[in-house]
Amino acid sequence: MSRDEIYKKVQGVLVDALGVDEDEVTPTATLRGDLGAESIDFLDIVFRLEKAFGIKIPRGELFPEQMDPAFVQDGKLNDAGLAEVRRRMPETNLAELERTRDVNLIANLFSVQDIVSYLEKKMTAAA
Amino acid sequence: MRWIWIDKFTEFTPRTSASAVKNVTLAEEHLHDLYPAFPIVPHSLIVEGMAQTAGILVGEARNFEEKVILAKVGRATFHRLVRPGDTIVFQATIDQLSEAGASVSGVVKAGDELVAEIDLMFSHIDQNMAGLEFPEHNFVFTEQFTELLKTYRTGASVAL
Repeated sequence: MSRDEIYKKVQGVLVDALGVDEDEVTPTATLRGDLGAESIDFLDIVFRLEKAFGIKIPRGELFPEQMDPAFVQDGKLNDAGLAEVRRRMPETNLAELERTRDVNLIANLFSVQDIVSYLEKKMTAAA
Repeated sequence: MRWIWIDKFTEFTPRTSASAVKNVTLAEEHLHDLYPAFPIVPHSLIVEGMAQTAGILVGEARNFEEKVILAKVGRATFHRLVRPGDTIVFQATIDQLSEAGASVSGVVKAGDELVAEIDLMFSHIDQNMAGLEFPEHNFVFTEQFTELLKTYRTGASVAL
């Protein structure tokens, strides 16, 4: 499946899960800030992606909502944590996160293209 | 006050599907309140009946140890009114079940007629909402509830 095909499918999932219009779901739209996702929507999105792509998404693998405690100290990301976020969100500008290391910022930065990148890797690994 | 909007289960297949029946009677107080002289079951209570049928199915899958909370109504489409004298059947099917929660598709029928299609998502709240603390005791599936459920078992004898 090409990146564009994955993107189209993700777009459909987000339209259904969040009740947003298709044109709002741009690659750089952030889930919380731009698309208004709340914490419970992340579980819904995971269920819908699993169904749409026929895959299993282990807890915490896609959304950085629950960072492994090994990556966080006193609400700040350590070096390993920052490296983990870079790996998961390769397309995203992480300058502010790199400066503040504030773990709460991660959820605000997570965007549509991060989901697409995750799925692209996942589908390639499965193929 | 009891907030139970199903009368009994007629089918229960653990981790898969369940059907529950609700007999609607004019003796129910609320039927006189929504539209006086035009008693119908409010759609919100039809959603609640489905949420209870599906919620018990999802709860049973984890032995009633999780606090199962209705997190989202993905879809609720209504096709027919429900009136006193109707017997409605809630049919819930688990689509996905994980450590974090479950998604369920539901169909409500009165005889052969379709009443509603209702898709729901449930959260096991202790597994989500990181950082928030909930009471330790299970306020969803209370002891009183699980006792009631024992007498609810499908096919339980009614002989005197």
